Amino acid sequence: MSAFPATRHSIVAAMRSARPDERRSAFDTMVTAYWKPVFKYVRLKWHVSPDAAADLTQAFFLRAFEKDFFADFDVSRARFRTYLRTCLDGFVANARKADARLKRGGGVTLVPIDFAEAERELRFQSANAIDDFDAYFHREWLRGLFAAAAKRLCDACAERGRPQRFTVFEQYDLAQDESERPTYAEIARRHAMSATDVTNELAAARREFRRFVLEALREQCTSDEEFEAESRMLTG
Amino acid sequence: MISEPALDRLSAMFRAPDVAGTRYELVSILGRGGMGIVYLARDTVLDREVALKIVEGSAGDTNEARILARLEHPGIVPVHDFGQLPDGRLFYAMKRVRGDRLDRWMAAPHDLPERLGVFLRVCDAVAFAHAHGVIHRDLKPENVMVGEFGEVLVLDWGVARQMQIAECKLQIVGTAEFMAPEQARGDATVDHRADVYALGAMLESFGEVIPVLAIARKARSADPGARYQSVQALAADVSRYLAGRAVEAHRETVVDRLARFERRYRLPILLVLTYLAVRALMLWFVRV
Repeated sequence: MSAFPATRHSIVAAMRSARPDERRSAFDTMVTAYWKPVFKYVRLKWHVSPDAAADLTQAFFLRAFEKDFFADFDVSRARFRTYLRTCLDGFVANARKADARLKRGGGVTLVPIDFAEAERELRFQSANAIDDFDAYFHREWLRGLFAAAAKRLCDACAERGRPQRFTVFEQYDLAQDESERPTYAEIARRHAMSATDVTNELAAARREFRRFVLEALREQCTSDEEFEAESRMLTG
Repeated sequence: MISEPALDRLSAMFRAPDVAGTRYELVSILGRGGMGIVYLARDTVLDREVALKIVEGSAGDTNEARILARLEHPGIVPVHDFGQLPDGRLFYAMKRVRGDRLDRWMAAPHDLPERLGVFLRVCDAVAFAHAHGVIHRDLKPENVMVGEFGEVLVLDWGVARQMQIAECKLQIVGTAEFMAPEQARGDATVDHRADVYALGAMLESFGEVIPVLAIARKARSADPGARYQSVQALAADVSRYLAGRAVEAHRETVVDRLARFERRYRLPILLVLTYLAVRALMLWFVRV
């Protein structure tokens, strides 16, 4: 198996497509990947209320779609994530300076965004003060990437009639807290499996999870070089 | 939502290679070297510990494994196995060397001849590689192991290159303190003398005596043409010092020469002086 998933059209490349449907679909994928980090970042860095952060987040993506913010992105100069955050900072600064009414809609609707859920997550997370917003944005993006890959893994396991594989992964690797993390033996007991089966299912799930993470990452990168750099960053 | 502990767990899991399907079990991280991470692993078939290097970056980079496989020398760590992980990354298993890294070994009290003996064995391994057309390009004490039984092994050939490949515009790799100026500039002319420079930088920390420092300084000349033109020439000058002979890199004064003569022939000189003293005493007794 190759280390890198087969090259697809990246979302950034597709956002420049002449075909409106392709462009729209790519934009939706990008919003799905980034809306939560953007919302949380705006809330915490710019110290705005949940409602204002939700407005700014929606307005940012709508403006980006309408004005082709990302058309000027140059892969040789920065990561897309960094570029997006720079655009976002500029957008929020201008919006606050002008105190203008944020444009909503204009006939364009975004993918469903659950700001309330993001706000709940934020309350859960905000115990520690954030002193590096760059690292914070990166971590939130990574959380989203892993969440997307976990969702793909869940769907793939269900589709192949192996839901137990995802269950084992969920209970062991996605456990919310170390204290509630079961042992292999406990998982085996819960699901009437042998400990060896748990080991094998977990190994297979991790392998697939890794593949889905790389696949999701590949879709967000603009070039093989960027993807290689990003995956190297992930693999430490 | 993926919780903070789960995010940390997944990140760590993502960093650790998945070795399922191979004969190895990971034990711990031994270190991070040129182009990859080296793990302590257990070979479950032969029930022995190995150093397992997972190659990062370009998936097709088999450079180090191919180079090591060609360099069979007691001073160069051998490759046992080579393969691909389920995620596509390449790995190779090497002999697990027990002992101390040279920089740590140097922190313990070892006399100068012992230190220079280790240095000469490093030179021996590097000269062997050069004879096979390979430049290490990242020689430093951290990349040398002194084994439990005195064996000396040069590690981390991850950025090594074939000489004919190295003689073109290269990516700047290596460690600043030990890097020859032409290597730091990414010059097209980097050749085996970049390793001579790095060995000179290592030698500088080996001893404070003037001839050794002079050898190190010559090896570290900014101009490759002013350095020793081969590792053998550098090693020969160090050997000359150990044998109590004059070194090429240092022009001696009369005092230096006398001091070296005294060091080299200390025992015969002592015997002659003792003989003369005894004779003088005997003459004195006879007269009295």
